[in-house]
Amino acid sequence: MNDARPTSWLQLANPAVFNRWADRLLGPLVIVTLGLFAYGLYGTFFLSPADYQQGDTVRIMYIHVPAAWLALFVYAGMVFSALGTLVFRHPMADVAQKAAAPLGAAFTLVCLITGSIWGKPTWGTWWQWDARMTSVLVLLLIYLGIMALWRAVDDPLRAARAVAILTLVGAVNLPIIKFSVDWWYTLHQPASVFRLDGPTIHPSMLKPLLIMALGYLGLYLVLLLVRMKTELTLRRIDRLQRLAAGIPGERA
Amino acid sequence: MNAWTALLLRDLRLARRVGAGAELGLVFFLILVSLLPFAIGADQRFISRIAPAFLWLSALLATLLGLDRLLQADEEEGVLDQFLLSGTPLELIVLAKALAHWLVTGLPLSLAAPLLGLMLAIEPQAMAPLALSLLIGTPALTLIGLIGAALTVSLKRGGLLLSVLVLPLTVPTLIFGATLVKEAALGRPYTTPMMLLGGMTLLMLVIAPVSAAAALRHARQ
Repeated sequence: MNDARPTSWLQLANPAVFNRWADRLLGPLVIVTLGLFAYGLYGTFFLSPADYQQGDTVRIMYIHVPAAWLALFVYAGMVFSALGTLVFRHPMADVAQKAAAPLGAAFTLVCLITGSIWGKPTWGTWWQWDARMTSVLVLLLIYLGIMALWRAVDDPLRAARAVAILTLVGAVNLPIIKFSVDWWYTLHQPASVFRLDGPTIHPSMLKPLLIMALGYLGLYLVLLLVRMKTELTLRRIDRLQRLAAGIPGERA
Repeated sequence: MNAWTALLLRDLRLARRVGAGAELGLVFFLILVSLLPFAIGADQRFISRIAPAFLWLSALLATLLGLDRLLQADEEEGVLDQFLLSGTPLELIVLAKALAHWLVTGLPLSLAAPLLGLMLAIEPQAMAPLALSLLIGTPALTLIGLIGAALTVSLKRGGLLLSVLVLPLTVPTLIFGATLVKEAALGRPYTTPMMLLGGMTLLMLVIAPVSAAAALRHARQ
C-alpha cells in the first residue's frame, strides 16, 4: 500500500501518503499554473480589446473577477473541509481548512483592492457602499474572524472543531447577508451607479477571463498544497519538541 | 420546577446579585446616547435622522457586553460538566442561558428605547416601531452572540475575538431593524422589514442552540 495509488481519499489521512502525493502533484501543477498565467496575462494585455467606454481600464477585470470567484470558491471548499472535520473526522480536513482560510482572505482582499482601483476611474470614487462591494467586505470580515479563531486556540484539534462550526454558521449566514445587503442597497441607494452587469461579455474578453480564472485556481491549489505540507511539518515539529521536553501524555 | 426553569432563575438571580443586572446595561445604553451629541454636535434634525441607526448600534454593543462571560463562568466552575452529565439536552441549557441574558439586556433596552428615542428626537410615530423592532431583533443578537460565546468558551481573553466573530453575522439583523425604524419615521409601512427581522430571530433560534451546544461539546473533548 505504501507506494500504491491512494485507492480512497481515506488513505490520504496518513500524512506521509498525503505528502508523497502532494510532492508528485506540485511540480506539474506549478508548470500548468505558470502556463495559464502567461497565456492569460498575454491575453489580458494584447489579445483582448479595450472597452469602448472604459478604455484600457477594463483590463483590471481579468485580475478582479477571478479573485472574486476564488473568494467564494475557497469558502465553499472550507465548508467541505468543515464537514470533513466534524462528520468524518478526517485528519487532513482541518489541515486543509487552516491552510485555505488565509488564501481565501487574500483573494477577497485582492478582489476589494482591484475593485477599488477599478472604481476610481470608472465610478470616480475609491469606495462605494454598493451591494456587491459591501457583501464582499463582510466576507472578508468573516475570513478574518476564522483566522483569528485559529490563532486563539492552542490545541489544533480543538481549534479545528471550533473553526469548523464557525465556518458552517458562516455558510448559513452568507446567503442571508448577501440578500439583506442587496435589499438594503435597492432600498437606500439611488440606482445611479454605473452597473457592470449591463452588456453581456464579448467572447474576445471571456476567453482570457476564463484562462485567468483557471490560473487563479491553479495558484490556489499550489499554495494550498504547500501550506498544508508546511502545517503538517509544523505540527510534527511541535509534537517532537513536546516529546523532547518530556511533556507527559505525548506519544511519538 | 424542572431543571430548565431552575437554570433560568439561577442565571437571573446571578445577574442581579453580581451587579450585571438590567440597570447597568441601561446605564451603558444611556451613556452611549448622551455621548452622541458631544461627538456630532447638537443639531436636532441631524440627530433625529441618524437616531434609529445609532440606537440599533448601541443595542448591538450593549448586547455584546456580557457575552464573553455568558458560558465561561460555568466552564471555569465546572458547572458545564454538570450540565453535560445532567441528561438535559445541552441545546436547551444554552437556550435557557441565552434567554436569561436577553431578559437582562435585550428586553430592558427595548422597553427603555422609546425614552431614549425621545432624547434623540425620533419622530413620534416611530416610537412604538422602535421598541417593537428591538423586541423582535435583540433576541437574534443574543443568539448569534451565544454561538460566539460557545466558540470562545475556553479562551481567557476571548472578549475581543468574540466581537470579531459575532459582529459580521449581525449585519442582516442590523439592516432589517434599523430599516424598520427608519421607514416608520418616514411614515411608510414597515411590515416587510418586520417580517424579515422576525425571520432572522426564528432562524437563529434554530441555528444558535445547536451550534453553541456542538461547540461546547467539542471544547470538552
